[in-house]
Amino acid sequence: MQWNSATEFFAMGGYALYVWGGFGACALLMLVEPWLVRRRMREAMLNLRRLNCADNTDH
Amino acid sequence: MNLETEKLGFYRYSSPQTFYPLAGKMLPWFWVVATLFGIAGLWVSFFVAPTDATQGEAYRIIFVHVPASWMSMFIYIVMAAWAGIGLALGTRLSGMMAQALAPTGALMAALSLLTGSLWGRPMWGTWWIWDARLSSELILFFLYVGFIALQAAIDDPRRADKAGAILALVGVVNVPIIYFSVIWWNSLHQGSSVSLTRSPSMAQTMFAGMILMALCFWMYSIAVSLMRVRAIIVERERNSEWIRAEVKYAVE
Amino acid sequence: MSLPQSSLMLVVSVTTKRDLLLAIRRKSDVLVSLFFFIIVVSLFPLGIGPEPLLLKKIAPGVLMVAALLSTLLGLPRMFAADYADGTLEQLALSPLPFGLLVSGKILAHWLVCGLPLVVLAPVLGLQFGLDGETLMMLMLALLIATPLLSLIGSIGAALTLGVRSGGALLALLILPLYVPTLIFASGAVEVQMVGMNANGYLSLLAAMLALAVFFAPWATSVALKIALE
Repeated sequence: MQWNSATEFFAMGGYALYVWGGFGACALLMLVEPWLVRRRMREAMLNLRRLNCADNTDH
Repeated sequence: MNLETEKLGFYRYSSPQTFYPLAGKMLPWFWVVATLFGIAGLWVSFFVAPTDATQGEAYRIIFVHVPASWMSMFIYIVMAAWAGIGLALGTRLSGMMAQALAPTGALMAALSLLTGSLWGRPMWGTWWIWDARLSSELILFFLYVGFIALQAAIDDPRRADKAGAILALVGVVNVPIIYFSVIWWNSLHQGSSVSLTRSPSMAQTMFAGMILMALCFWMYSIAVSLMRVRAIIVERERNSEWIRAEVKYAVE
Repeated sequence: MSLPQSSLMLVVSVTTKRDLLLAIRRKSDVLVSLFFFIIVVSLFPLGIGPEPLLLKKIAPGVLMVAALLSTLLGLPRMFAADYADGTLEQLALSPLPFGLLVSGKILAHWLVCGLPLVVLAPVLGLQFGLDGETLMMLMLALLIATPLLSLIGSIGAALTLGVRSGGALLALLILPLYVPTLIFASGAVEVQMVGMNANGYLSLLAAMLALAVFFAPWATSVALKIALE
């Protein structure tokens, strides 16, 4: 282990902005994408249920 | 149109109807595996891998940059393979898979560009440099955007699948040519000598961290694409009996 | 269907002649993309400044990019009219090999949109202070590059046929695929300018052209059949 303290770890040898920026951007986008897909799924399901209801009232 | 009931053997699995629940069952496992690889990869990249002699701590960006670049290229090939299968065999699921993969591939290309430029800023002193790797990644990103835009512009999903398939196949033939040409161009114009990965003494642990993170990105890509393909199936099959039954079942 | 060699050539040449005739009847379309080329090239010195050394340095790239954009401008016209009036469907249904008919149309597009650029480029090159040998190389590079642009572009033209905002989409699809052509063609001219041998670049361009001659018409005809479904 090359870190002596938490501050040293977060400072990343002076490259904090770049290292944390890179990892942070990846983490953020990799959380946003599944969230967007999940929303798309919900919308599709909702649509489908609406269609189902419409068909049921038709008969 | 949706009464494709007679599917035999291999084709059985290529039908959205059988794949939809299967993908649903596989999904949690891929998320779990992706998370485990992610934790292991992050541990290695921050606590095991030593500080690089020449690049200091900034080199740690490669633990996300390289996996993102690998995945962006790999996903394009997988996407083209699905597209080719769809075009050759006429299986509906293949087109949906290709469509589900594209946004994730574009995201990986974008992440690769973003992290590449974040690494370039301390190393080269500029946010962007026309280095062979970054330039070809940029073009790959454009190829993804073109694929997504083409599919979005065509209303008929079957035509969108086929047109997208041709574009993906033409693209996959071109990717090596583009990559080669960009390297050639870069050497003609005296590119940079600092390289992101060709560090003189790449420690074993650095390589291990990169592989673990790449596995995490890989599993993530599979998981998120499976999620998306399920959404696409629900959208496209909305007029078929089975999906309606599936939804009813899920509600009650 | 097996046609003798000469008939195959006939299929291509008849299609080409027909398209050329149609292009001659609508001269303005052709002239527009030609003037577009001239204007784009002339805008660069105005935007950058009249510094001769700088202009000479950017000339190959500017001319190639302008040629590429000008080709792109003519691409939507390759199949649009025939698609709209149903001719394309008739061609696809005819017993003649569709790939050859498509090749004929691509050839016509090159003769109308590509070849004039090759002829015109040296004149524009003079504006950038290029010397005689460089101008020759410019023509040679364009002579190989422009058919390549038409061939690759035909795939995009077929894919975007009858699609919403087809023109902008076409640019998005095709421009990334034009990158190798751009690099090798302008590279050939640049290398010639500094007095080195440009044969390597020209052979690479020629190899890509050979590849495209075989595969692009085929991919285009598949794409057209999808559009016609």
